[in-house]
Amino acid sequence: MTTSTVPAQRPADQAPGTPILEATGVIMRFGGLTAVNNVDLTVNSGEIVGLIGPNGAGKTTFFNCLTGLYVPTEGTVRYKGTVLPPKPHLVTQAGIARTFQNIRLFANMTVLENVLVGRHTRTKEGLFSAILRGPGYRRAEAESRERAMELLAFCGLDHKAEHLARNLPYGEQRKLEIARALASDPGLLLLDEPTAGMNPQETRAAEELVFAIRDKGIAILVIEHDMRFIFNLCDRTAVLVQGQKIVEGDRETVQNDERVITAYLGAPLEGATEAAAATEAPAASTDPSTEDDQ
Amino acid sequence: MSTTTRSAIPMPPAAAKALVAAGGLATAASTFVHWTWTSEFPGDLTVDGYPGGLQILTLVAGLLTALFALPLYHVKGTRWLSPAGPEAAALVLAAGAFATTWFTLIAISYELGGVANLEPGGYLAGLASLLPLLGALGLPREATAERWQSTGNPAAALRFAVSKLVGTRPDQRPAAPLNRWVEVLIIIAAAAIGLTVFTYGITTEYGELFIGFLILAAFGAWALMRGGLIAQLTAINARHRGTTTAAAFAAAAAFPFTQSDDHFASVGVNILIFATVALGLNVVVGLAGLLDLGYVAFLGVGAYAAALVSGSSSSPVGVHFPFWAAALTGMAAALVFGVVIGAPTLRLRGDYLAIVTLGFGEIFRIAVNSLDGISGPKVTNGPNGIRNIPDLDILGFNFGAEHSFGSFTLGRFANYFLLMLLVTAFVVVIFSRANDSRIGRAWVAIREDETAAQAMGINGFKLKLLAFALGAALAGLAGTVMAHVSYSVVPDPYQFAGPVPPNSAFLVAAVVLGGMGTISGPLLGATLLYLIPEKLVFLKNYQLLVFGIALVLLMRVRPEGLIANRRAQLEFHEDAADAEPPVTDEPVLTKAGA
Ligand SMILES: Nc1ncnc2c1ncn2[C@@H]1O[C@H](COP(=O)(O)OP(=O)(O)OP(=O)(O)O)[C@@H](O)[C@H]1O
Ligand SMILES: [Mg+2]
Repeated sequence: MTTSTVPAQRPADQAPGTPILEATGVIMRFGGLTAVNNVDLTVNSGEIVGLIGPNGAGKTTFFNCLTGLYVPTEGTVRYKGTVLPPKPHLVTQAGIARTFQNIRLFANMTVLENVLVGRHTRTKEGLFSAILRGPGYRRAEAESRERAMELLAFCGLDHKAEHLARNLPYGEQRKLEIARALASDPGLLLLDEPTAGMNPQETRAAEELVFAIRDKGIAILVIEHDMRFIFNLCDRTAVLVQGQKIVEGDRETVQNDERVITAYLGAPLEGATEAAAATEAPAASTDPSTEDDQ
Repeated sequence: MSTTTRSAIPMPPAAAKALVAAGGLATAASTFVHWTWTSEFPGDLTVDGYPGGLQILTLVAGLLTALFALPLYHVKGTRWLSPAGPEAAALVLAAGAFATTWFTLIAISYELGGVANLEPGGYLAGLASLLPLLGALGLPREATAERWQSTGNPAAALRFAVSKLVGTRPDQRPAAPLNRWVEVLIIIAAAAIGLTVFTYGITTEYGELFIGFLILAAFGAWALMRGGLIAQLTAINARHRGTTTAAAFAAAAAFPFTQSDDHFASVGVNILIFATVALGLNVVVGLAGLLDLGYVAFLGVGAYAAALVSGSSSSPVGVHFPFWAAALTGMAAALVFGVVIGAPTLRLRGDYLAIVTLGFGEIFRIAVNSLDGISGPKVTNGPNGIRNIPDLDILGFNFGAEHSFGSFTLGRFANYFLLMLLVTAFVVVIFSRANDSRIGRAWVAIREDETAAQAMGINGFKLKLLAFALGAALAGLAGTVMAHVSYSVVPDPYQFAGPVPPNSAFLVAAVVLGGMGTISGPLLGATLLYLIPEKLVFLKNYQLLVFGIALVLLMRVRPEGLIANRRAQLEFHEDAADAEPPVTDEPVLTKAGA
């Protein structure tokens, strides 16, 4: 159901849905290093788009440019037609939420509180209403909690609502990051290596979760090293090498591209079923730090 | 878990128990004879027949030890004293009795110039207080034994034993709730005991007695914590938050009525001011995680603002506002000052912010020193300050005069104490409501990880400024009362560091020592930090040194502060996979070609 929908080099023209994210000519330089070099990328509504590339290719940097953590040296990012201001909180306000490659939860807050923080932009109660505790405040607070619990249930974490975030096992921390991002009611979700350090079962569960999020009408842009994950999920995949986007397209286009093979995949992949083989190497090498859980 | 038990000192369990109980009683009994021959040592320990001075502390410690030995014998109705295990509580209390007694004996020998000044009663007390300690060390302690056996290394076993002892909380299931009214009664009793202990501590008349009090109080609190009583109380308090708060404030309000002398009421009101400011700082440091080293300046702004509009003869502003208006003026002035300082500096993070706020704090003091009509416009009278601030008069109640209520007489400071208590209550309400709200969560998120907080849609700068402004306004409010309490406002107290509170360093210390992000933490921390320099004047120049060492030790033993945060308490839930490091930075892709 996932692969092979849009066999196209220039998907913006042909993909279903309307473009919600349009990055054009994004360049990010750190001194002499050009981490992102003139990248164009479009994400349409209802789409799952993958972003792959070797380490240091500039994927995370590109994410940071999209979400306002970095101000791109050149280029513009549009969300639903309007240019995004380079301030992270305004980007989230506009409707883009993200997770981080190296989990950045609020470690000493509870799971529920983490998600409630994610609701920040969608609630308005200020300091005075918090101090006065009028009926409006109580209602808003109760609604926030209800919504947060819904999201926790959606991500399968509701039974841990009162635990400290830092006491969760690794896989659940990743899920919590997603729940927290979803709390801001985004139209586009950016996931930076959501399965890094997960075992195969957890990775399958994460796939299900990503599909479920897409089915809520949220477009997704995901960075991954796990090829099977990418090819199972994504309608379209872009490959970034040394800051440049070298290829973009569906599974076949990417897998059979000479440049991608030499720069990233390393060995030619035959057919669909061997995708697993491609997975093996990155997955095995992904991370040694995660034997917990299960 | 193996049930093999071993004790630090091998002896039959029955003998160990008996030693604890009998030793505790013997220690208590030893206070009824005289310990020294001359009344030169403060408190007069030369009398037979009843205990005096420091002996009273030993008496209490001995009786407590004996009392906490009862659960060892499974005496009916005493189990609640140490629900998490009577051995640890007995051991800590025995150590407390030992420490209090030996402290007294050493103080006598040192101050009078030799052990020759100890009478047989003193030796008796020293020996008696050793007994429960020996007995408690002979009690079976499972965990220590296990570690001992597994490593065979006595040093490791000892370290483990110590870590077990100072560990923050015992492994204990929360007890089932009691009848509602029983719980309310327990809360009231706890508040009454708290008031008694506090009143005793504040009215100790000489430094030795205060140190003895601190030793006993510390060991007592530690024993209750190890025995699990504190955890029970915390659980009960959590079920009746309103009642607990009301009981605590009622106990505090009762304090001036227990005093016939206005002196201790003046100490009390100063503690309240200091504690309230510390709680205000806790918004900034504890919640938002902004280290503000110039916070005392906001107290100064509030005090100066109130002094200027107080109708004082030395104020260049010839107005006399009623108190509510003066309080609002002080708050508003501090708030404006907070925003003016915060707006440019809050873009900095961490240490840079600390340094810049320290600078601004000093700038305030130097500025008010210079606004004397010579180096600058005449506003604050420079080092002379604004003097002769008239006493408050609210609705015909003159705060400067004595008032009698039945058999109680409230002096000037007692009046201000009650006023300040209202201010403290106000600040407590603001703190707890702000903390438990969308804004408070955003502050804590910023403290935890500012980048992630921003990515969650939090306007970091705006919220940090809000925390700064709120903290400043609360300090300003306390300052308005302080101006009236102390008759005059001068620049000197509003410095970064000094030997007496309030100053910025002490304020930060009160928050960190008490427990960041909590309400009772800074209140307790500030009380201790106010009383210690107040009572230990005999340390003179060594005060800050001793103080620094004590702080370092405390932070080593209990880094989360005396009162652990609600969030820290959640570690109860810790799963088998305890807190594995979540960092997985940059997975190494060893794929060819990468
Ligand atoms: N703040 C920064 N300052 C300087 N250089 C940076 C900065 N952030 C990233 N870089 C550099 O930019 C390049 C791209 O890094 P980036 O983290 O975006 O790679 P990535 O594609 O996410 O890699 P990975 O798969 O390992 O996560 C790297 O060479 C990195 O060192
Ligand atoms: Mg990356």
